Amino acid sequence: MTARIGILALQGDFAKHLEAFSELHCEALPVKRPQEVMDCQGLVIPGGESTTIGRLCQRFGVDEAIMELYQRGAAIWGTCAGMILLAKEIEGSDQWRLGLMDIAVRRNAFGRQVDSFETDLTVEGIPDGPVRTVFIRAPYVTRVWGDAKGMAAFDDKIVMVQQGNLLATAFHPELTEDRRVQQYFLGMVQQ
Amino acid sequence: MTEKSTWQTKVGLAEMLRGGVIMDVVNVEHAKIAEDAGAVSVMALERVPADIRAEGGVARMADLHIIEDIMEAVSIPVMAKCRIGHFAEAQVLESLGVDFIDESEVLTPADESFHIWKHDFKVPFVCGCTNLGEALRRIGEGAALIRTKGEAGSGNIVEATRHMRTVMTGIEHLKGLRDDELMTEAKNMGAPFELVQQVAHERRLPVPNFSAGGIATPADAALMMQLGAESVFVGSGIFKSEDPSERAAAIVHATTYYEDPHEVAKACKGLKGAAMVGIDVASLPDEERMATRGW
Repeated sequence: MTARIGILALQGDFAKHLEAFSELHCEALPVKRPQEVMDCQGLVIPGGESTTIGRLCQRFGVDEAIMELYQRGAAIWGTCAGMILLAKEIEGSDQWRLGLMDIAVRRNAFGRQVDSFETDLTVEGIPDGPVRTVFIRAPYVTRVWGDAKGMAAFDDKIVMVQQGNLLATAFHPELTEDRRVQQYFLGMVQQ
Repeated sequence: MTEKSTWQTKVGLAEMLRGGVIMDVVNVEHAKIAEDAGAVSVMALERVPADIRAEGGVARMADLHIIEDIMEAVSIPVMAKCRIGHFAEAQVLESLGVDFIDESEVLTPADESFHIWKHDFKVPFVCGCTNLGEALRRIGEGAALIRTKGEAGSGNIVEATRHMRTVMTGIEHLKGLRDDELMTEAKNMGAPFELVQQVAHERRLPVPNFSAGGIATPADAALMMQLGAESVFVGSGIFKSEDPSERAAAIVHATTYYEDPHEVAKACKGLKGAAMVGIDVASLPDEERMATRGW
């Protein structure tokens, strides 16, 4: 059976994630209602505005659906805004979050939009050379603890973390042609 | 190799804004109301389009203090407008560090022959269009995001629907045409051939396409999203209504669940304050229309 991957489509670059997964062996579909979220084996929280996505999650009961999905053991991957929503701590902010991962993040940590960049990163657990990564008003991880493990760093800043079934990237694998990070996540879903 | 401000990072930010509402704000208090209601971005202005329309005179780039105060006050991206062709205003806005520049017909044009060459900038640009040819000319100049113009400050959706349908029909029309036919299409619409070819193959614009100019109600937002907009700009529609906070939240609600009439109905029913008073665009003399500015 192919895995069903939900792409949280309340707001953000969900369309790019859908395109990326459509090239792989899985069923990817946009989800924005609680029941749709709960029908998935894996969930992607896309890039976008973390405050907006967070507010919409709360307002429409999607927050509880994601928590239930997590408790059932489904894999969840957050990119950029998604990473912020998965973090337990957000520096200097009391905005709502899922708070599932043992990480502290700093928002817009590399600067404003004019400081956005692309670079090549070596990622632990992803073979065959560096991954081209796109950082857009990106966060980075200032601290990890517990079971969270850094998988990649740029300029000594942690930008990718895994903790059991949870994956977080500060960058956007959906904006490049390289599908190795998606493959890695599908591996987590199927485990 | 690390590269800053690439095309990918510019269009990437536009992708991040999808499924959202970008709201015009004129001060910090407005910006916070917008952010609390779930706006994905705010457009920092000195006057909303309805006031520009009412007061007349030359409309220019906003006071930089207003823009900076708003950038300080919210964590979402901040956009600002420069006049069409006024690349020096754009340079100033870039130096301030705004996240997006709108080369906008809402301000009085600075140049009637030339738009800004936007590839020269690190900051991404959004530009308005009324048809596919205009959209592709702006993308050719480096716009990373397109919005259909509508008629700003009118509170009337009629021009927004006209422009969105014209763009979508234009894209559909290119489907299945041969390259020799596409060259003629490129000539007729005055657009770069390579971009016309790309649209014909991908059947969508090369950058995200949002809607602007006349959205005043949750149902207006749902209409534009169903016609193909990937996000909406709301200008005067929020802060010229009776209760901006509830209206902002309702328009966000309807934009998120635009394809579900029950949700859009819920968003409408939550509104107690009245919408802004609109104007009949057909009664506007040509010189008062903003959509005809730029080419």
